[in-house]
Amino acid sequence: MSPTRPARKARPAPKRKTAPKLRVVKAARPGPTPARTMGELMAHAYALEVEASERYAEFAEAMEAHNNREVAELFRKLARIEHRHAEQILEQMRWIRPPAPPSTGYRWEGLEAPETADFTALHYLMQPYHALVIALHNERRAHAFFQHLAVGATNDKVRREAESMAAEEAEHVRLIEAWMKRTPMPEAGWDHDPDPPRHVD
Amino acid sequence: MTIATAPSAAARQPQAYKSDYKPIWCPGCGDYSVLSAFTKAFAALALKPEQTAVVSGIGCSSRIPAYLTSYGFHGVHGRALAAATGLKVARPDLTVVVAGGDGDGYSIGGNHFLHACRRNVDLTYVVMDNHVYGMTKGQPSPTTEPDWVSKLSPAGTGLRVFHPLVVALAAGANFIARGFSGDPNGLAALLADAMRAPGFSFVEVLSPCVTYRPEQREWKGQVRSAPVGPTDDAARAARRLLTDDGFNIGVLYRGSRKPYQPPVGKGAARAAELEKAFEI
Repeated sequence: MSPTRPARKARPAPKRKTAPKLRVVKAARPGPTPARTMGELMAHAYALEVEASERYAEFAEAMEAHNNREVAELFRKLARIEHRHAEQILEQMRWIRPPAPPSTGYRWEGLEAPETADFTALHYLMQPYHALVIALHNERRAHAFFQHLAVGATNDKVRREAESMAAEEAEHVRLIEAWMKRTPMPEAGWDHDPDPPRHVD
Repeated sequence: MTIATAPSAAARQPQAYKSDYKPIWCPGCGDYSVLSAFTKAFAALALKPEQTAVVSGIGCSSRIPAYLTSYGFHGVHGRALAAATGLKVARPDLTVVVAGGDGDGYSIGGNHFLHACRRNVDLTYVVMDNHVYGMTKGQPSPTTEPDWVSKLSPAGTGLRVFHPLVVALAAGANFIARGFSGDPNGLAALLADAMRAPGFSFVEVLSPCVTYRPEQREWKGQVRSAPVGPTDDAARAARRLLTDDGFNIGVLYRGSRKPYQPPVGKGAARAAELEKAFEI
């Protein structure tokens, strides 16, 4: 170990007083480029909803495994909502099966679709309010994504559809905000566990 | 990177490769996304579950065979590669994938890792590296930084870290890559690529342990696509590794060495004879 280098310390278990902090993913790939066709736009929209649904379902399973049933149920609900959105896209486009990815791949700003929750954002003692904070962050990112596509669209039809998608996501943001107002905020020390899994003595 | 495969009506969707057993990993564990990447890669390659085997050792990540719909073997600590090698040479028709963690693969199974690279049997070895022994409550592993201080290593280990890609290249692995669990789609494409590649394919996956190494949440902002594509020149790959900081993701090396596959047939008959000796 270099004598000039400060020792790296293991951090204690996170002591959050509010929701788990979410980081906006830095772009590791090209940012979203304007979708050239309706098919390309809707393939992105479909993948965005499916990935969001899958991640919420994964979160629900993780919460069930840790006996946090209330949050598990909320994530299940979110997964169902996103799954329904994906199905609506299939119906709207009259696609009988999921679209193939665009030949250039999906153009997300980060490593995953903008509505997909950060997989590290969970805590086994988290409360419904925290789950809604995660959902709100994702809806806002989805809104920004479609807005960006609408602004950059070179085709009127694509622009109108992207604007419509952005408006829908804005409505989801309002719904989640209203839901949060009806949900109790976590009290300080919500993550205190008298018998924590990290106990090593 | 995307797996450009149009799903057909008859094709299995990734979800179909998940078993009924639900993972019991900590919430936020990177291994959830690796599991998702496995299912996407299997679906992209249209693997038949009955023609696929996932072999693992011991540790959090080694639980993965139970969560997949395929043949699975949750084996002995550090010995997943030995078991998988036996399986593949006896049943070359199967797709054999080996999974585990950094402790299982680089410490307890370190010797097997060297010789699996050298033998070049047609396997895909996926190591979910979180730089810590998570299942046994946070001891330093071979990839733990020398100055990582914890209750179990109060002064850090002071030891040089094990560099799996360097070792894999030196020992003769035919395909070497690094992925990140925070990029499950990119990782799925990488795994599919590794499974398609003949010979021993090694994929190191940065998979955060948010329980014992919460600072690994930052990896998401640190990983980047490798600035250059794969090479088939081992010397060039070695030079790239000299400046590698551990956060370049993508395929590093794609060799052309012929996989090792001994003739089968007579061996199977001998195995049947051996079984007779154990009959009660």
